[in-house]
Amino acid sequence: MFRNLKTGALVALVAGAALAAAPMADAQAWEPTKTVEFIVPAGTGGGADQMARLIDAIIKKNNLMKQPMVVVNKGGGAGAEGFLEVKNAKGDPHKIIITLSNLFTTPLATGIPFNWKDLTPVSMMALDQFILWVPADTPYKSAKDYVEAAKKAGPGKFKMGGTGSKQEDQIITVALEKQTGAKFTYIPYKGGGEVATQLVGKHVESTVNNPIEAVSQWRAGQLKPLCVFDDQRLVYKGKVTETMAWSDIPTCKEAGVDTDYVMLRGIFMAPSVTEEQRNYYVSLLKKVRETPEWKEFMEKGAFNQTALIGDDYKAWLQKEEQRHYQLMKEAGFLAPGK
Amino acid sequence: MEEINSLLHGFSVALTPFNLMLMFVGVVLGVLIGVLPGLGGANGVAILLPLTFTMPPTSAIIMLSCIYWGALFGGAITSILFNIPGEPWSVATTFDGYPLAQKGRAGHALTAAFTSSFIGALIAVVVITFLSPVVASFALKFGPPEYFAVYFLTFAAFVGMSKGQAWKTISSMMIGFALAAVGLDSVTGQLRLTFGFMELLQGFDFLIAVIGLFGIGEILLTLEEGLAFKGANARINLKAVIETWRELPRYWLTSLRSSAVGCFMGIVPGGATPASFMAYGVAKRFSKDGDRFGTGQVEGVVAPETAAHAAGTSALLPMLTLGVPGSPTAAVLLGGLLIWGLQPGPMLFVEQKDFVWGLIASMYLGNIAGLIVVLTTVPLFAAILRIPFSIIAPIILVICAIGAYTVHTSMFDVWLMLVFGVVGYVFKKLDYPLAPLVLALVLGDRAESSFRQALLGSQGELAIFFSNGLVGTIMTLGILMLVWPLVSAALARLRKAA
Amino acid sequence: MSEHSRHERAAVSYRTMELVVALVIFVFGAIVVYDSARIGAQWGDDGPQGGYFPFYIGLLTCLSAVIIFAKAAFDAARGRKAFVTTSQLAMVLKLFVPTVVFVGLIEFTGIYAASTIFITFFMIWLGKYSWVKAVPVAIAVNLALFLLFEVWFKVPLPKGPIEAAFGLA
Repeated sequence: MFRNLKTGALVALVAGAALAAAPMADAQAWEPTKTVEFIVPAGTGGGADQMARLIDAIIKKNNLMKQPMVVVNKGGGAGAEGFLEVKNAKGDPHKIIITLSNLFTTPLATGIPFNWKDLTPVSMMALDQFILWVPADTPYKSAKDYVEAAKKAGPGKFKMGGTGSKQEDQIITVALEKQTGAKFTYIPYKGGGEVATQLVGKHVESTVNNPIEAVSQWRAGQLKPLCVFDDQRLVYKGKVTETMAWSDIPTCKEAGVDTDYVMLRGIFMAPSVTEEQRNYYVSLLKKVRETPEWKEFMEKGAFNQTALIGDDYKAWLQKEEQRHYQLMKEAGFLAPGK
Repeated sequence: MEEINSLLHGFSVALTPFNLMLMFVGVVLGVLIGVLPGLGGANGVAILLPLTFTMPPTSAIIMLSCIYWGALFGGAITSILFNIPGEPWSVATTFDGYPLAQKGRAGHALTAAFTSSFIGALIAVVVITFLSPVVASFALKFGPPEYFAVYFLTFAAFVGMSKGQAWKTISSMMIGFALAAVGLDSVTGQLRLTFGFMELLQGFDFLIAVIGLFGIGEILLTLEEGLAFKGANARINLKAVIETWRELPRYWLTSLRSSAVGCFMGIVPGGATPASFMAYGVAKRFSKDGDRFGTGQVEGVVAPETAAHAAGTSALLPMLTLGVPGSPTAAVLLGGLLIWGLQPGPMLFVEQKDFVWGLIASMYLGNIAGLIVVLTTVPLFAAILRIPFSIIAPIILVICAIGAYTVHTSMFDVWLMLVFGVVGYVFKKLDYPLAPLVLALVLGDRAESSFRQALLGSQGELAIFFSNGLVGTIMTLGILMLVWPLVSAALARLRKAA
Repeated sequence: MSEHSRHERAAVSYRTMELVVALVIFVFGAIVVYDSARIGAQWGDDGPQGGYFPFYIGLLTCLSAVIIFAKAAFDAARGRKAFVTTSQLAMVLKLFVPTVVFVGLIEFTGIYAASTIFITFFMIWLGKYSWVKAVPVAIAVNLALFLLFEVWFKVPLPKGPIEAAFGLA
């Protein structure tokens, strides 16, 4: 069994046929016996919700699971509602949850008694990227230009739009400020789509939207990307606009504003489930990742297709948790007592 | 005109027997979703989404959008019959719809609601057809200060319309605001008023409050008078339809005003619920029968229903052109677009002409299908009132409990619903108006966060609310609305003096 | 509140009810004020803090409660009238108590068993129907609900041991 986990732990940049062929016989021992609830700890229409509904759709379309699945949004308290439900469903194999960075940020910022270790990690599906966007008709040629302009305007004069408060978008903003010395006014909105629209309407000067949230406005010539918050460029070489592909966007390090942040899109289960039950979902999600629909979605949203399972996933989570703790501590976002 | 050609092409895409069948199926399902408080439009759309993978995207979106129309129509039914709003946007419909039903005019109220919904939607579709590009760029002008101004206008249009004691109105509204503040503060990320109770994290849901305050509260009140619903002698034939249609043209100005309010709120996007409240407030203020609103005026049903449907329809426009859903249901539809490989946003109109114009054509056809379906069911629904109280009452209570439970799949909410039921009963008997409480609960949170977003942006300068023509105009309109009772009183006095 | 009910005995008077409700609202407002002050109710450099609005909302709630209380205390004419007569209260409780029991029952038996019992009980006790009529109606309603929510729309409803026995929970 562990052999399979190791195999799956390879970075699945090209989710290949070799993986599909890996025998998963012992993982098939357990199967869901009733409707599986797929919990989204966020509202409808956001990035996590879109991915959950896509996974649900892929499973249904390709008949990957005999029992039905329902997607349930439990976004109350910045996702705490959903996390606490799964935490309390001890040993229930019919609940899975998709997470975003609020897995780390919500308990740290609010003091809600919850930690990712309260859940059973199943599989990382992908990592979501962040890009610095500005309106297309602004004169900035690079992230460096933009940050210089923000500095020149004076502290707090440039507005950065983002989703939520004390969550990933604001963490990136603070990290960017630390790195460059510029000072933005961060404005929290309710959802990524709204943030991109607010930028098009020039109610803010820039945003750190995920690629999928702003790609349409980019193609329509309303927004332009300045840099991607990762240590390497995006891999997708197909032209998105007439002149540019995702891979043409420089990293923020190249652009001279060294900041990086990627966001987890991963699946968890309730605590105390059996090894077989977990393996069932591990193999189910692997099948999902091998479908053409999934690959198309990955490319459209320029996701980083790292997919980890087992101990590698746990180690990654451990590292990210510490990193978020550090980032949030520096930003002063920790709840009292954390 | 180019639009006409595109639209005709759209009709040719949409008008196949298969698509027509899907329309009727969608509308019937939608009405069901609208009627039952436990099923939201978003719910039904999300669940039926997978069914549609085997269809071409255009057929699929036609069926899904028809579920959406059906749900918009259906929300009014339980509001009118039992004072229980099936959907948030039909709360304002209860104000006059339920009294009408109590007078034995349920059929008239239903017909008025359905017909006005249709008219509201139709006007909104025409706006979408011909003004899409203009309207999309208008929506982009809305930043936090503008949003706040819109919410302020909604409050201003509605406040002062409730009769009774001023302090009780204030009390009721403040309770609504306080309940809206419970949960996570979206601007600072702090928990407010939760006192460590995990059940309170998600805040007080509007639907639970409404089912309790209006639905359960009303049943308790009814019981004092004995084991019967008033209005059980409702005439239940199609004659009510004809009679109402004869009456409706009288309210053309109200319809027009409400459509304008609805389209505006849908595009902004402020949503169908505030649109319905605003339209009701505006209609009450400008109608010559304004004083009799709340006692069972057909006009009081026309206004909120027209606006809600106009807003619900025009909310699809920002979704298609900007990728910003105007409602939760629209958000799920948005998810559907992505799964079919269509990226909502500014390029959709350019790259997916067939799809977009097929959808717009289906908005016309879907609403016609919707009107036909719901009008034929008027006698059926009115007949529900004839079912003996001791059978229908427990069924309603069961459905209310399910409705409350499904909001967060939590039993806590069912208990909460009972508490709201008692509050509704007591408040109604003591003349505390419930409408301000509900409006504050639904808009309080949004108004507060746009206010604070705006001030973050202006670094604390209140002048931001008059910083440009748009926001200044809306704020001024709001202030005018607020002082209108004083103004009209002063005018009346002047006229008397002269 | 029909004509004849005025002669019946009042279970509670308007004045008592007004005073009690005002008191409850005051306490509610005070709680809001207290918690808002805790998280910060100042007007900061960049606009109001998290507790700013709730703080004043709470204050206004308290103020309105005080005024309503005072008005009710001196309004003797209306105050003596019955808020609810004993017979009215009895009717209301006849519905409300079973409903509370019903909701309590859901916690143990799940929605379907609880609502079947509830509808049957209600029809027999208040509607004076026979078992023969009540039971089929209750079962039919629940079957319809089950099909609609669980099968069609896949909305999970609360379940108990009975559903578990059928392998549904």
